Amino acid sequence: MPVEFDPHRVVQVLGQTETFAQGDVACAYGALLGGCDFFAGYPITPATEVAEAMARLLPRIGGAVLQMEDEIASLSAVIGAAWAGSRAMTATSGPGFSLMQENIGYACMTETPCVIVNVQRSGPSTGQPTEPSQGDMLQARWGTHGDHEIIALAPASVQECVDLTRDAFDLAEKYRNPVLVMTDGEVGHMRERVRLPAADELEIRPRGEPTTSPEEYVPFLAVKGGQIPEMANFGTGYHTYVTGLTHDERGLPATDDATTHSRLVRRLCQKISSDVDTLTRVERDDEDGATVGIVSYGISARSAAGAIRILRGEGERLNHLRLIGVFPFPEKAVQDFAEGLDRIVVPELNLGQICHLVREAVNGTAKIELVPKIGGEILTPDEIIQAVKHGGESV
Amino acid sequence: MFNKAINIKDKYIRQEMWPSIFCTGCGIGNVLNYTLRAIDSLQIDIDRTVFCSGIGCSSRLPGYVDADGLHTTHGRAIAFATGVKMSDPELTVIVFTGDGDMAGIGGNHFIHAARRNLDLTVICINNFNYGMTGGQVSPTTPPEAMSATTPYGNLEEPFDLSRLAIGAGAPYVARWTMGFPYETITAIEGALRTEGFGFVEILAPCPTGFGKGNEQRDAVTSWEWYKDNTITRAELAELSPEERKANTKTVIGTLWQTDKPEYGKRWRELVQRLQSEPDLSG
Repeated sequence: MPVEFDPHRVVQVLGQTETFAQGDVACAYGALLGGCDFFAGYPITPATEVAEAMARLLPRIGGAVLQMEDEIASLSAVIGAAWAGSRAMTATSGPGFSLMQENIGYACMTETPCVIVNVQRSGPSTGQPTEPSQGDMLQARWGTHGDHEIIALAPASVQECVDLTRDAFDLAEKYRNPVLVMTDGEVGHMRERVRLPAADELEIRPRGEPTTSPEEYVPFLAVKGGQIPEMANFGTGYHTYVTGLTHDERGLPATDDATTHSRLVRRLCQKISSDVDTLTRVERDDEDGATVGIVSYGISARSAAGAIRILRGEGERLNHLRLIGVFPFPEKAVQDFAEGLDRIVVPELNLGQICHLVREAVNGTAKIELVPKIGGEILTPDEIIQAVKHGGESV
Repeated sequence: MFNKAINIKDKYIRQEMWPSIFCTGCGIGNVLNYTLRAIDSLQIDIDRTVFCSGIGCSSRLPGYVDADGLHTTHGRAIAFATGVKMSDPELTVIVFTGDGDMAGIGGNHFIHAARRNLDLTVICINNFNYGMTGGQVSPTTPPEAMSATTPYGNLEEPFDLSRLAIGAGAPYVARWTMGFPYETITAIEGALRTEGFGFVEILAPCPTGFGKGNEQRDAVTSWEWYKDNTITRAELAELSPEERKANTKTVIGTLWQTDKPEYGKRWRELVQRLQSEPDLSG
């Protein structure tokens, strides 16, 4: 059977509560704290250290670690383990993330909770394996085919690698959906002080068992008043048939029935999109009378914070909105932020991805200006300052 | 020996999925019958059994069994099954797959699973073509055979799936054809009993896909083809060394059986050893 979550054991295995850790390793810490008991992965720069840390730590709490033959197999094994009752994770970077796209869609369609860490590197293709990037953000949203929703978090620090990876497991269980931790090569490879919670601070949201008997159980029927069905683990006598084909509430294929398909896919989307307020996770730093704002996420949020500190020191007024949860896109939070602003600057380690969603949310009330950067170096505060003072690229 | 009187349909089939989608003369339904009889004979708890599959005709089988089923993405069933088994080692995990699914798109997962030797039972229904999509050439299509994507005949050499499994390290490998139901059931039992990667390849007719271009338009002509083109290990043993050397027929029977450490067991031993260490910190 999958491993029962034992906070004391996890804390013992992790050792110190205050430590100096690398971002990738911190994702592994977060996974253990989030109750992860299964990891399957494949070596890839700059995400390999997640697999290495999991290989070291997970067997000590009784979990399972597999180095699979590729990234497709890694996510396959993760989804299989999730159905057998595990809280399961994989970690990868761009090329591996591309390979995983089909199975991400499978996990969405079959409502399988799982966590995928993407330590983004510079693409396309093999690109710059050791260099950070935020180039997979829209792939995270739309990389797999068909209509679907995704949950994606963007850590900006090593501490957030711990915290957000930990939270990703409960979100995956709650919404029965893959959850992406979209970190990058910079956050993944930098070292910072982290604080790990004590055993009595550790709590996870257990999957639980269906509230109906196997005879009455309808595996893909949403619980009353909600959009999410109860999940019966394999081996518990519920005889669940799981398929990536369009299926009815019983889980049985109904591929040529338009109504069934529409009902299923709309529910899969709405279970997340209708709960965007609960899922919204942003950090806002405002000043009275500001007319310029910055919307940032991940590593670029740190460059933005540096720029803001300098600009405020020079007497400029400006606001900052940091997206911690990027998907579902916190549209309302961005709209609220845009109120009273003339311009919004969006710094990104790509040629413009999230800026388009900001523009769509703001819908013309403020001018959206991009500060793009690719090539392997993170944005400097000065590059953002120049954009704030003299204008960024039009979006 | 299995119970011939048992009503497989009443006992194991998911009634609301019946009848199946399989064409007249298809062998996939037979393989389901044989598998369920093997399960019944070994008294395997169906509540603790998971059927995994990928994409293709053979991969529709888990849907017909009243048990847990994981109908996954094309070629990946063995990788999904690996996760299921590693998460809960007490489950019996059976993979239904086909030649295209397992040896084409999923070939890498197949050889690595055989090498890793996790306790899985993989049943491959080899019908020499991609049947679901309308009869295209597959990694096991015989040379010169016609298919929808080799309209002038197949120029490629086929895989021998059982030899591939042996070469990759599987401890139990058997191959039979539709003409040997009892032997096939016994082989599936053998794979299920094997502590490790058990592989059974079953040559099965596909009159609709493969048969239409290759003068095997019904099950009978396919069965005759198997009779003419396969030889049991027992028959092979009776041949003279020269005849054996000259044999071009596909050998059927229990082709390989050996003891090897099972991966899951080794993993659990490691976990136990680490957990008994006084300093738990990793």
